[in-house]
Order: sequence, then structure tokens, then C-alpha cells
Amino acid sequence: MGHIKLDQVSKTFGSVEVIPPLDLTIEDGEFTVFVGPSGCGKSTLLRLIAGLEDITSGHIEIDGADATLVPPAKRGLAMVFQSYALYPHMTVRKNIAFPMKMAGVPKAEQEKRITAAALALNLTDYLDRRPGQLSGGQRQRVAIGRAIVREPSAFLFDEPLSNLDAALRVGMRMEISELHKKLATTMVYVTHDQVEAMTMADKIVVLQAGVIEQVGSPLELYRAPRNKFVAGFIGSPKMNLIEGAEAAKHGAETIGIRPEHIEVSTTEGTWQGTIGVAEHLGSDTFLHVHGIEGCDPMTVRVNGELSLKHRERVYLTPNLTHLHRFGADGLRLE
Amino acid sequence: MARSVTPRRKALNTAAAWSVGLLIFFPILWTILTSFKTEAQAIADPPLFLGFDWTLENYATVMERSNYGRFLWNSIVIAGGSTLLGILIAVPAAWSMAFVPSKRTKDILLWMLSTKMLPAVGVLYPIYLLSIQFGVLDSKIALVVILMLINLPIIVWMLYTYFKEIPGEILEAARMDGASLKEEVLYVLTPMAIPGIASTILLNVILAWNEAFWTLNLTAAKAAPLTAFIASYSSPEGLFYAKLSAASTMAIAPILILGWFSQKQLVSGLTFGAVK
Repeated sequence: MGHIKLDQVSKTFGSVEVIPPLDLTIEDGEFTVFVGPSGCGKSTLLRLIAGLEDITSGHIEIDGADATLVPPAKRGLAMVFQSYALYPHMTVRKNIAFPMKMAGVPKAEQEKRITAAALALNLTDYLDRRPGQLSGGQRQRVAIGRAIVREPSAFLFDEPLSNLDAALRVGMRMEISELHKKLATTMVYVTHDQVEAMTMADKIVVLQAGVIEQVGSPLELYRAPRNKFVAGFIGSPKMNLIEGAEAAKHGAETIGIRPEHIEVSTTEGTWQGTIGVAEHLGSDTFLHVHGIEGCDPMTVRVNGELSLKHRERVYLTPNLTHLHRFGADGLRLE
Repeated sequence: MARSVTPRRKALNTAAAWSVGLLIFFPILWTILTSFKTEAQAIADPPLFLGFDWTLENYATVMERSNYGRFLWNSIVIAGGSTLLGILIAVPAAWSMAFVPSKRTKDILLWMLSTKMLPAVGVLYPIYLLSIQFGVLDSKIALVVILMLINLPIIVWMLYTYFKEIPGEILEAARMDGASLKEEVLYVLTPMAIPGIASTILLNVILAWNEAFWTLNLTAAKAAPLTAFIASYSSPEGLFYAKLSAASTMAIAPILILGWFSQKQLVSGLTFGAVK
């Protein structure tokens, strides 16, 4: 179980409308990611689902029952917070046991679930420590453990990895994905990191200023962004957006081409420019090419072994099958 | 970069700090010294600093003349009782102000503090009359309630500041984990705020212990605490400095000892929020 439906849900703080009325359905067992820039309302939306904030209007349905006025604890959802929000005065064991203690789960059953969760999350040796004695990654796992033992109908994650360092983040990303495969429970995950969204999600919800810009699978969003905002937000490095005469040639206000869909040549091509900064990642190199009208600089992804010098003249040719066209209203033209 | 301090400068700073410390401590030291003098030596001119005949005679007289134990017990009940009652009222009040503030929370906090600006003598008459009407004049219960009310703004302020430092997400986590409001306060908030609550209790016990205006005005014999015990040596038959000093030393000794053993807690309590 874990079907969540938002029906014309909106939220205003004072006179500020953070989330205009929106509809959204999260299917049972799905890994849904809310992604968007800071302040886009993604965390607020998650908190509305959790029940930590009251909705201003609309209805929330969880597993077919109206949960609009149901208090957080009774919604059957578990949440993992950005700051981990562990109880600092309790040991790991007690932290994990807390929701079960509140729910009145028998002691023996509590022990069984704690042991299982600790085993799954590599926490067995740390059960008698306090959160202060753990590393960031371990704390995050305790927070997840505390969520798992409740056997919730859905997990809510509020930017759970943003306090971890880069290497750990990649590792935890995999662990959470694996957990989802194993439990097959609905997960709703909030992040501002589009890489996290692309790698983890079954379904991505792109938000801007409280409005859903697009809902779709990672590849749908990558292949056919509905508007300029989604086009610029999904994909790394960002899609190049070109305006002016070049766009007009293709009958659009703006055209977009991803860095990986551009051919580089030193002899001939559609556009001509000079190489500025080159970012060498080893496997790939990202070139920032200057001097192209309507898009300066243009980012191009090339093979990491390609050796081109700073200020060198290059010719770029877009792969027209991957060209995106947008109208004056910013929407995609088919 | 750390500021460099020359040894000379360091010595000067140390000397200055000690001078200020001694200046503050001197009246207490003088009281303690005087309590070991004879009455004649106590008023000698020029004053005698250490070269006098040390005697315990004053303590013996004081113990003989008044029932120290009863005053001490009254002080303990009044200071302890008013603090406990104050904490019971202030924890929920500070919780609501820290975690579910309204538009007027700041105003209420300021208004509460403003009651401390009222000169106590301004309400002496009504409170005295009320005490008579309720039949609680010269009773411990009256002092427990009045001292609690007097110190409540400080307790609420201190707890409010402590609670503000507890991340709201932890309380939200408790709510998600199924804790009711009572369980949230009992299992999560209070244990996390223990250091803050302890400093608040300590400070409040000291304030209540030393409070003299109300304890002197609203008690006679039955409920009189140690402040009244000191006062009883300052009047009718003329001043007896040595005995007065002995009584004072006996009155402040318990709180001095308590303060000494908990100074770490006290300092952190009084400078809370200053350093993270």
C-alpha cells in the first residue's frame, strides 16, 4: 500500500501563496522525486503530505482514505529529515525503537525489527552509541532505520543527503535505491540535485514557484522537456538554449541542444567559436565555447582524450534529431 | 589568527581580574571575618583585618538564641517549592512560545518581563491584604506562590531561550513517530533541555533564597526563612555586628556551597546562547 493522491491542494503562508492548487498522484511502490530550485515549494509539498503543515485548501488521500485532517502520526508515513533529526539523548537502539514504543509494539517484536534493520543498514555495532558519536552517513542510516521499523505505507525523504560529503552521497544514493527495490514501498524524495533525481526516480516531479512544470520518468524529461525551465533544469551540464536568428531558422523562439549532442570539428561545422575554459573530468571534457551568437558560452561534451587548446578555433554541429524547439511562451514545439 | 598577548600584558590582565573579583567578594569575606570577632573587635577603629582573637562565641550565641534549623527548613521549602511550581508552569508556557509562536508571542514575553520593572513595594499593600483575606499571612504556601509569580518571567525567558535552540525538526520527527504532545514533551523535549532546565532551577533557587522584601514583610514567626533570621539580629537591642555577621554567614552558607558545586552549570546557564 502507499497510494497518495493530492486533489487541488494549495498552501498559503499569510498572504503568500507558496503552492497554488495542484493535482498529483503517486502510485503504490513508486519512487517519486520532487525536484526544483531552492524555494520552489518542494519541501512544503512534502510536509503537506506528511501532515506537518496544514493545507489551505484541497484534499489529500492516502490509500483511498481522506487524510486531509489526519494528524501526522496516523497517516502511516515515515519521514527522514535533512538534519537527520535523531534524538540526541537516546542511543541508536532507542532512537530506532522510539516509533515502535509510541505505537505500543511488544518488546520482543521491537527487538526483532531493530536487529533486522541494524543488519540491513550496517548498524549492528553501533546500537549502543549515541548519535553524537556517529559519522554523518551513520546518522543518516539511523534515521532511515527509524523509518523502516515502522513499516510505513510510504517513506518521505526531505533532502536526506545534502548534509553528506560528495563521496558518501553517491554511496547513500545507491543504498536508498536498493532499499526501495527490496522493500517495494512508495518513496517520495525531495532534492534540489537533479543528478539525484535522474538516478533514483521512477517518476520526477519538477517544481518551480509551487507549480508543477512537468511530471515524467527521468528519460521522458531528458528527451522531451515540456518547457524551457525543465530543459534547463534536467541534465548535467545544462542544455544550451539559443535565441535569436539561429532559433528563427528552425521556426522557434528558442532552440535547445544538449552538450552531448554537439559534434566538434577543427575544420568545418554549423557554428564557429573559440575555446574558453575546458573542464577535464577524465572520461569526458566539457568545453565552453565562446563567440556563438545567441548562446555564449556554449557547453560541449567531448571525449576526455580529445586535446584542444585554449583560444583554439572550433566548429560545432548540432545533432538535429536531438534539437529541442520552444515557442515564445517557453513551451515545447513539436 | 590568535591575538598575541605579551607576558607583561597577561600579568596586568590577571591582576585586574583578581582585583575586580576581590572587590566583589570583599563584603562577603568581611562578613565571614567579622563573624569570628568579638563584638568589641567588630567595631574597632581602625578595623582589624586578620589580627584578632578568633572565636566561635558568636555562632554559639546565635544557635542558642534562635532556632536556625526552623529558618533553614522554611528557606528550603520556600525556595524549592516556588522553583518547582514555577518550572511546572513555565515548561509548557515556554514550549508553546518557542514552538508554536503567535503574532503576539514577543509582546507577551516583553510584557512578562515588564512586570519586573514594577517596584515591589507598589503592590505590597494589596498583596498583604489579600494574604490576610485568604488567611495565608505568615504561611509558607503564600510565599511559595508569591515568589513563584515574581520569578516566573525569568524562568519562562530562560526556558524559552533554551527551547529555541532545540531544532524543530527533532520535535517534528517525534510527531511523525507517533508521539502525542505529552509524550513529545516528556520523552524528547525535556530530556534534551535538561541542562537548561537545571541552570534555570539553580538560578531560581538562588533568587528565591535571597529574596528579602516579601519574605520579611509577609512573615512573622511561623514561615520566616533565613532572611528573617538575619534581620532579627539587626534591630531591637542595638546592633551587634559580630552576631549579625555570624547569622548572615549561616544564612548564606548553604546557597554558597550549592553555588560552588554547581558553578560550571551556573556559568553556562547565565551565558547560554552566547557561545555555541
